[in-house]
Amino acid sequence: MNRADLSSNCETCPAHHAANLKKLGVEMERYDYVVALAGNPNTGKSTVFNSLTGLRQHTGNWPGKTVTRAEGGFAYQGRNYKLVDLPGTYSLLSMSTDEEIARDFILFGQPDVTVIVVDATRLERNLNLVFQVLEITDRAVICLNLIDEAERHHLVIDDRSLARELGVPVVPAVARQGQGISLLIQMVAEVAIGELTCKPHRIQSESPVLKRAIQSLVEKLQVAFPGLPNARWVALHLLEGDPRMEEAVRSGELGNLFGRSALSQLEALPEVVS
Amino acid sequence: MNSLERQKEVLAAASALRWEVGPNLHDSLMEALYTDAARISDRVLTRDDQQPSFDLDRTIDRLVTSRWLGFPLMAMLMAIVLWLTISGANLPSKLLSNFFLEILYPFLKQSSNAIGLIWWLDGVLIDGMFLAMAWVVSVMLPPMAIFFPLFTLLEDFGYLPRVAFNMDRWFKKAGAHGKQALTMAMGYGCNAAGIVATRVIDSPRERLIATVTNNFSLCNGRWPTQILIATIFIGSLVTPPLAGLVSAIAVMGVVILGVACTFLVSWGLSGTLLKGEASAFSLELPPYRPPRIWQTIYTSLIDRTLIVLWRAVVFAVPAGATIWLVSNLYIGELSLAEHAIQGLNPFGLLIGLNGVILFAYIIAIPANEIVIPTIMMLTVLSAGLLGVGEGTGVMFEFNSAAATAMVLQAGGWTLLTGINLMLFSLLHNPCSTTLYTIWKETRSVKWTALSALLPVGMGFLVCFAVAQVFHWFVGG
Repeated sequence: MNRADLSSNCETCPAHHAANLKKLGVEMERYDYVVALAGNPNTGKSTVFNSLTGLRQHTGNWPGKTVTRAEGGFAYQGRNYKLVDLPGTYSLLSMSTDEEIARDFILFGQPDVTVIVVDATRLERNLNLVFQVLEITDRAVICLNLIDEAERHHLVIDDRSLARELGVPVVPAVARQGQGISLLIQMVAEVAIGELTCKPHRIQSESPVLKRAIQSLVEKLQVAFPGLPNARWVALHLLEGDPRMEEAVRSGELGNLFGRSALSQLEALPEVVS
Repeated sequence: MNSLERQKEVLAAASALRWEVGPNLHDSLMEALYTDAARISDRVLTRDDQQPSFDLDRTIDRLVTSRWLGFPLMAMLMAIVLWLTISGANLPSKLLSNFFLEILYPFLKQSSNAIGLIWWLDGVLIDGMFLAMAWVVSVMLPPMAIFFPLFTLLEDFGYLPRVAFNMDRWFKKAGAHGKQALTMAMGYGCNAAGIVATRVIDSPRERLIATVTNNFSLCNGRWPTQILIATIFIGSLVTPPLAGLVSAIAVMGVVILGVACTFLVSWGLSGTLLKGEASAFSLELPPYRPPRIWQTIYTSLIDRTLIVLWRAVVFAVPAGATIWLVSNLYIGELSLAEHAIQGLNPFGLLIGLNGVILFAYIIAIPANEIVIPTIMMLTVLSAGLLGVGEGTGVMFEFNSAAATAMVLQAGGWTLLTGINLMLFSLLHNPCSTTLYTIWKETRSVKWTALSALLPVGMGFLVCFAVAQVFHWFVGG
């Protein structure tokens, strides 16, 4: 399908998209975009993954189920998307293997869109990871999952204000029932194609001294690793004294990490044992 | 300037600039994150003021994680699940084995006669492979189709993290990681899956402990053995209405022994080969979610039951052929199987088992599921019970536990043999898939070997001790 096919009114109508979704399972020969699924543990990433791909990744109500790489695909409006379910993490500070997998993928694999699944009943704590992802990438969509649980606990979340504050689309969802999934797909597609540009929230408190320090370090990084994506982020973490980043610079691993395409980043993830 | 020098320069610049920006950069960045999170969530979140006076989640949590009630409730839930499995699986098992053995088997035999199949091909294909497959399907499918959905419902509901919470204190005392409770729980489904799940444990030391001890969780291949033997030897000690309950309690006892072994071995390893402190971790108790019953039943049937069943069939089929061959290849007067059984018998009897059981465990290394049919077949063979069973090297399943008991008793089995078989089924080497998974995850021959030899060694010791005590009390 090409762009011309989309011209009919029906096709462009947002209400049509559920019918447009083709769940491709693991049969992904070629794909146009890579979408990463990030989020805190036990927020329903695997459930979102399953409802998008039609796969049956094991789900359950306990944190830490997804320890293996899970990838699948879906097609929407004639484009193929590869979806990668990352291990759930509370932060991207690489305190453990799963955090490192998630961080390296978002940082260096440069997915076209990162969907951050957020537990609506634990919004404040979940925002921590959201900010850390938004520091790395511009192209993100928030899936505000478990809003039924939030309602049960008498919590009301103004998703429009949240979207305004974060600068990225926010889609309220109940993934277990399939609610909100079609809107999520539409948002992912719009961000991937570039119809929708995000202006993500960034941490404000940057002193002039820090700004200058980051600037000069970014220049040095770009000399040492030409074409390094997210040099600003790496610089900030070097200034913080993140030992993992220092090691990546010292060993030159940083060059290898970003040199890979998103696909080969996937291969670096642990394999599934069946 | 080469790339190495450039990299060094980056690091030098970073450490120089670090002085300029001050030492508290990390803290102030984290603080900014938290401040922003609090500010935004305050702005977008409104709380309904009518907080209910009764919070169901809290109340359940207080009960299931309480110091006094936590463990009894856990045991009770487990016993209920087991009891439902034992009493519910009986009828469908019988129907399936009737279908396979009384309808399909004679039909296949007649067809093979009609087309004049060579006798040994007929034996390998129908008496070996087909019957092995039939046994595995009729005995494993019904309990799995009940056990897995029930377990998945508990998982979906959010009970597993509470189990981990309850057990955390014990694992800490044993020098292991609290998340080991989760991998242990996965092991009750399949040890290979449990071992993959140990990836949630970050410390390599604690992960190895969890890997080596995962075998002490009875896997689905061993549940049927436990259930059948408990029904025959322990359930029959009491009157019928109580038999199901007593059998369930006996299986529970084995499960609890397994948990005790997990703690004991974890403690032993963390004091010797894998010295170290238990690391801290945070475990979130997620809110309870009403399980989606139909979806859970559907996915657990598709994902767990059928996949596990398929694996069992794949392993049982060649094993069936092997059994038929070793019972039909003769050296001198005796078949290969009889030679092996007689060789293993003295040692088997010493530890309260017998040569048949030990030989069955050797044949059944690929999959625990086929231990019982192998034992039955070999028992008939070695006890020379003519007129029972289908013929030499034919695996079969009796339609009632009573008929099975008759054969076993004729083969010289006693209550001790039954008890020790249950113990040995808990304490023996993991199946070949699990061993392969251990090797794949650890990449270490040493740890794979230890994971195999440690449980067998423990099994021999425990069975020997039980046999001595039994003889002392009962005599004989």
